[in-house]
Amino acid sequence: MGEAIVITSGKGGVGKTTTTANLGTSLALLDKKVCLIDTDIGLRNLDVIMGLENRIIYDIVDVLEKRCKISQALIKDKRFDCLYLLPAAQTSDKSALTPEGMVQIIEELKPDYDYILIDCPAGIEQGYRNAVAGADKSIVVTTPEKSSVRDADRIIGLLEQEDMEPPHLIINRIRNHMIKNGDMLDVDEIIQVLSIDLLGIVADDDDVIKASNHGEPVAFQPNTRASIAYRNIARRILGESVPLLSLEEKVSFLDKVKKAFGIKK
Amino acid sequence: MASNKWITIKGTRDGLTLFMNDQCAWNELLEELEEILSTKHMAADEPLITVKIELGNRYVTNQQEQTLREFIRKHNKLVVDKIASNVILKEEALQWKEETDVNLHNKIIRSGQVLEINGDLLLVGDVNPGGKIIATGNIFVMGNLRGIAHAGADGNRDAVIAAAHMAPSQLRIAEVISRSPDADSEGVPMECGFIDSKGEQIVMDRISTIARSRPDLNAFERRVMNG
Repeated sequence: MGEAIVITSGKGGVGKTTTTANLGTSLALLDKKVCLIDTDIGLRNLDVIMGLENRIIYDIVDVLEKRCKISQALIKDKRFDCLYLLPAAQTSDKSALTPEGMVQIIEELKPDYDYILIDCPAGIEQGYRNAVAGADKSIVVTTPEKSSVRDADRIIGLLEQEDMEPPHLIINRIRNHMIKNGDMLDVDEIIQVLSIDLLGIVADDDDVIKASNHGEPVAFQPNTRASIAYRNIARRILGESVPLLSLEEKVSFLDKVKKAFGIKK
Repeated sequence: MASNKWITIKGTRDGLTLFMNDQCAWNELLEELEEILSTKHMAADEPLITVKIELGNRYVTNQQEQTLREFIRKHNKLVVDKIASNVILKEEALQWKEETDVNLHNKIIRSGQVLEINGDLLLVGDVNPGGKIIATGNIFVMGNLRGIAHAGADGNRDAVIAAAHMAPSQLRIAEVISRSPDADSEGVPMECGFIDSKGEQIVMDRISTIARSRPDLNAFERRVMNG
């Protein structure tokens, strides 16, 4: 019996979809059977980041309105056999989905998967309620910005009213040099305000955007900082205890030599 | 006077006090009061006399109290200052208790959440930015106060707001509102806010000094003594 985890944030643009794609990929790398559900009806993105956009035939609204079976709507990932995506509809609006419908779909998927990751739309209205309805656990994504932490706090308050475990936190897009200068909230400060368990931190990394644009989640790459961070988070979801990554950028000896000779800035 | 069976009048420096027997019938009492008041004629140039009424162990309803006040007001130069009784309704007593109880809450008030209570609030936990706590009495926060706190919400200007770490976005006491300075401040440990002696604005001070400005923080005792 699988576990349904909703990934949410309140605020838009903090990296919910990227996080969902990368955690799904990381869990699949660890040989878990994973299904990703995009609930952002009308503004679907998860398929783009996964590079599966051209394979969509049916979507979640088709499933709910009984135009197809759930197995017909699921898209198998091109890299893994154990990773599937249930895409959102692009043409319907949010009212096409209901909390009851979500519960029904998730219950149907649970026996076949180890993890079901639900990508939640921004906001706290209907879309949020749909995404949260069938979830057993929740992950809140925030960035080290005041507005984003404020919204995360709001969403944690709402999640605490739901019948599920206390939410876990991922802090995304951390820029170490800004934290050092005191221009950005640091990790401890955020945790002190939100007072929930930290699941992981992800540094702001150009590779993430590059990878997303190529339709290949960054977690797939062997050794960028972001991919290691996402894979560590996946291991923590499985119950392993993995220390947090240091935010310091490691400079290799070769790079130091290159820098000394002015080859690399 | 032979007719004065149920009512005793005493004069004090502050005016007259009428002690009313609490065993006789209400009608008898009113009749006698009428009789007393009509026999005492005041000269027009005498100053106003305030009257205090001691009801002893008699309970009067609001309507009865109203009648009593009107009865006395009919006669010039007499003003009812206060009607005191030793007894109150159970209902009222419970309401007093609720209003003056210290309510313990153990949670985090997050952005968008509001905690509203009757009486004093003792919050073991934080109030995050965007969160709001409202109490009719005092507010004590054992944690970080970063949101909005409103003490004395139905007009009690004596209420105070104390926090283990004070960094609020706004403090409100009764109808007075103060906001945090625009410059980003770290907050101050162990602080307390209350309305200053001029009654104009909320001032902040260390918690340890609160005993001086509000010696009778315990609202229940204060209410029992003053009625």
